[in-house]
Amino acid sequence: MTLEHGIEAAFLLAIFLFIFGIKALGKVRTARSGNTYAWLAMLIAIVAALASANSFVVNWYWIGAAGVAGAVVGVVAATRVAMTAMPEMVALFNGSGGIASLLVALAALWGWNGSGLAHDKATLNDAILQPQHVAEVLKELPEGLTDHGAAPERIDPARIDAAIAVVEGKLPQIRDSKGPSTSLGLVLSILIGGITLSGSFVAYGKLSEKISGNAIVFPGQHALNGLLLLAAAVLCGWMAFGATAAPMGPLSYLEWLAVILTVLSLVLGVTLVIPIGGADMPVVISLLNSYSGLAASMTGFVLQNTLLIVSGAMVGAAGLILTAIMCKAMNRSLLSVLMGGFGATSGGDGPSEDARDYKNIKKTTSEELAMMLDGISSVVFVPGYGLAVAQAQHVVRELSDLLASRDIQVTYAIHPVAGRMPGHMNVLLAEANVPYEQLIEMDQINPQFKTTDLSIILGANDVVNPAALDEPESPLAGMPILNVHESANVVVIKRSLSPGYAGVKNKLFERDNTLMLFGDAKGALQECLDELKAN
Amino acid sequence: MIFLLLTVFALAIFLGFELITKVPPTLHTPLMSGANAISGITIVGAITCAYAEVSPVAANVLGAAAVFFAMINVVGGFMVTDRMLGMFKKKKA
Repeated sequence: MTLEHGIEAAFLLAIFLFIFGIKALGKVRTARSGNTYAWLAMLIAIVAALASANSFVVNWYWIGAAGVAGAVVGVVAATRVAMTAMPEMVALFNGSGGIASLLVALAALWGWNGSGLAHDKATLNDAILQPQHVAEVLKELPEGLTDHGAAPERIDPARIDAAIAVVEGKLPQIRDSKGPSTSLGLVLSILIGGITLSGSFVAYGKLSEKISGNAIVFPGQHALNGLLLLAAAVLCGWMAFGATAAPMGPLSYLEWLAVILTVLSLVLGVTLVIPIGGADMPVVISLLNSYSGLAASMTGFVLQNTLLIVSGAMVGAAGLILTAIMCKAMNRSLLSVLMGGFGATSGGDGPSEDARDYKNIKKTTSEELAMMLDGISSVVFVPGYGLAVAQAQHVVRELSDLLASRDIQVTYAIHPVAGRMPGHMNVLLAEANVPYEQLIEMDQINPQFKTTDLSIILGANDVVNPAALDEPESPLAGMPILNVHESANVVVIKRSLSPGYAGVKNKLFERDNTLMLFGDAKGALQECLDELKAN
Repeated sequence: MIFLLLTVFALAIFLGFELITKVPPTLHTPLMSGANAISGITIVGAITCAYAEVSPVAANVLGAAAVFFAMINVVGGFMVTDRMLGMFKKKKA
């Protein structure tokens, strides 16, 4: 009993530490210690879980080997990953959280149910006929059905009946012994875990450009997704409240259903994420993050563990908040993001523009940019996904250091959805040692553009398109943008005139105060830097 | 039991919203990866299943695989978050 209490107390302590950790993670000054609190909480929880395993027949080799292997992979991944690859990394971590919750649910099902029980009806009948064997048999039944160590004659006959019913498959004991919260938690763990897993892999594929980053749409897509969701919901309901654990071949009926649900959820993860295009990834990543927390929370219902429920739910809430922030920054509803197809190329109904549609394009060169930089007093860099692709964060910092040393005021304008995950640009620039104070949020910097001499756009497109402000029919209409067009001069460093993610022409490029510098951001800035140094 | 657990769940969601309504953009990524690491708490469930009392090999294997993936999530998530936050800190000095 004392050990059990100790374990419960440890779980409670872990809950408190997680709460403080998450709270601290939300403030710049305390964020790092917040992460440490959470880390500590996790350590305590793991030790407590291992301690509670002590009283059972533990397969220490399995746990130890799996744990060490996982830790090694985690360490290697975390220390090796380049900051430019953070979105992919987060997607993969989300996926591994999802698969872990999925596997926990399946393991729980297999451990408690159907083929998991080594006993068939005959064995139990024997046991009942021979009371001295009853305790032995019941010992191997799941918790909740048995009193461990109770003398055979004191075992409630009703329990034996229940045990027989279980083996007969009339009443899956998960439902009976643990109540509907367990069985519902179990099916939802499988469903959410599966969607998180495959959805994260598709997101990873899109982010690493192993598959097309564009929205992939086809006719009947929404109907298909709707049908799949409906099927999943019906299956979940049936598994949680109706299905029996009658044996069917190598598995029980319930286990077969679990296999089907797993496959269905994996398919759903794919079909739900493929219609969502690359620039909507910040929303998808934070939503998947939320899912991975919810899946963990659902496994808490299976195991009736409040630590899992609470910490998973808080992660779910955190992910939802980020999702809402991202949606707001694009002036789009979560539903419209999830329906996807934004800026889809295969649809053909969206406005598609190319270089021929542009008039009044004025080109410039790195040398000219260097000359412009020589005679100004303030410059604003506007980074976007292109900066990450070009890996130009270090050369930007070098350039801005040089400019700062010449008494030019340097700032960076950060749009909330610039890049492929929430806060992408901040992380990227922090890696290059750009001073934190130089990064200015959209709301603060927008009034300052009027007094800015030069804005340099580095791989951003839609977030600086003035069409969002003055073209009510534009797909971008209403999206808050960085008002770079108000600055005295704008230089856009870009490979070509190809449209941004929204698939619309950027009116900024045609403005009189805009110059286009065609080329790779890294190369162009390096040339500009060399030119400035030479003078 | 289910209502007690649902109450806990609902309160935790609410608490989560209250704790982090305003997050500066700089912290969006670290918050996400830190929260992601916390979702690895499912490792507690994984350990429980890897030693499932009625332990057929299937449950052990599934549980061990869950431990493996949850561990990647936990260790990788916390370390990468710390790495990122370390970069932010360096700047302010």
